[in-house]
Amino acid sequence: MSEYKGPIPLPTPETRPFWEAARRHELELRRCRTCGRHHFYPRAACPHCLSGDLEWRRVSGRGTLHTFTVVHRGQRDFPLPAPYVIAIVELAEGPRLMTNLVGVAPDPTAIRIGMPVQVTFEDVSSDVALPRFRPA
Amino acid sequence: MTRDLRRMRGRVAIVGAAEADEHGKLPQKSAFALHAEAARNALADAGLRKDDVDAVFSAGLWMGSETAEYVGIRPRYIDGTQIGGCSFIAHVQHAMAAIDAGVCDVALITHGESGASRVGMPGTRFGADSWRLQFENPFGLAGPPTGYALAAARHMHEFGTTSEQLAEVAVATRKWAQLNPRAIMRDPLTVADVLASRMISWPLRLLDCCLVTDAGGAVVVTSAERARDCAKKPVYVLGTGEASTHVMVSQMPDFARWDAARMAGERAFAMAGVTHADVDVAELYDAFTIVPIMALEALGFCGDGEGGAFVSGGRTAPGGAFPMNTNGGGLSYTHSGMYGMFTLVEAVRQLRGECGPRQVADCTIALCHGLGGMFSAAATLIAGTEVP
Repeated sequence: MSEYKGPIPLPTPETRPFWEAARRHELELRRCRTCGRHHFYPRAACPHCLSGDLEWRRVSGRGTLHTFTVVHRGQRDFPLPAPYVIAIVELAEGPRLMTNLVGVAPDPTAIRIGMPVQVTFEDVSSDVALPRFRPA
Repeated sequence: MTRDLRRMRGRVAIVGAAEADEHGKLPQKSAFALHAEAARNALADAGLRKDDVDAVFSAGLWMGSETAEYVGIRPRYIDGTQIGGCSFIAHVQHAMAAIDAGVCDVALITHGESGASRVGMPGTRFGADSWRLQFENPFGLAGPPTGYALAAARHMHEFGTTSEQLAEVAVATRKWAQLNPRAIMRDPLTVADVLASRMISWPLRLLDCCLVTDAGGAVVVTSAERARDCAKKPVYVLGTGEASTHVMVSQMPDFARWDAARMAGERAFAMAGVTHADVDVAELYDAFTIVPIMALEALGFCGDGEGGAFVSGGRTAPGGAFPMNTNGGGLSYTHSGMYGMFTLVEAVRQLRGECGPRQVADCTIALCHGLGGMFSAAATLIAGTEVP
């Protein structure tokens, strides 16, 4: 692949399984065995109940668009040409995450808060794939 | 269970408030030079000397004690709490607690930021393994406008807030700036001008965004007893509150409601024992036009979703029913990056009656409200000329 110019995340011990799953084009979240809730970003302690009894769960990759912005003055050298869409997606399992909405015109009249979306992965290096979302 | 804070009303006062000598684009001055100028000016305003100070509060530094070293103070109480641009308002609450406990006597709270020129500033706090660089920056987050736009879009979606209503905030604030000779942006501004300015991050346009300047400010806080011996009439601290709900915008619990502001505001009003109708002037952090709209709702000046209608029709402009951001705000006066200090300086001046053409008549109670991070934190101060 051509060299990717955007920021590439560097995993930490508590996030490495998330990024390893993403590399396989799978979305995995931390789930608390004590309270049963998922959370994001991945932590070593449940932000709902502080339990350390956590597991990784593969999740559906389905969600809804919670909010978004169309970025006209973007990050310097960001690989998606401006205007591009930054989105907050609420996953079916509960947590929200920041992502890009792709596969749709970067036009606020073409994008609807609440619309169903589905994860799609982009390989940005030999080690890292980024989870972006497209209309489902 | 925390104790009833009403007993703290009026125990401490702000006795000095000032900016650095100049602001704007100052590549010849480091952030520390701005801290020092503001400290000198605020102490002179209070009629106090450097050696009277035994507590130093600051934010935006590598260590909380750096300002103290720079200005040659050896404090016995140091507070470097950094919760974003509202830190200095939170520092007033911290100073109140420390002074009341007898841990210190005269608190100097300083701000200096080379926001535009970036001289003598701490480096980036975020490595490639930080949460932000793992989970936000890879998606093209490009500074504060993109983050605030996410809240603005959700607010518009849930409540029907319009771009015109956002623009009303910028227009009213500019009218106040035209009455402040120190304000940077003083040209006339209309709603149409704001709507015609270029899109930065939909739905926020250029004129929905604050300035980026080099600036500094400082306030001095001491006991009410000692305040009576200072140079000017004390501005009593009546109510304080602070809260934090998250740091990164993607962790914001509710994109259409500013939870931290609600928590901070409720505490400040409960402690002060005043009503919203008692507030004569409001200085609300305005990094973006959506921010004061969401603050007005969270603080209870109007209901959820009513902020856009609240600010319409020039209500917050000079001559309007609700004087707000009377210095011209971060939108038109100055915005160094951590603007909260300037809400304090302006509130003190309004309460002392020092504001000339922009003076709010019969101003006895002022509310300052600050923003930290991405609607992450908030701090509220209610201050008055008397203790009710």
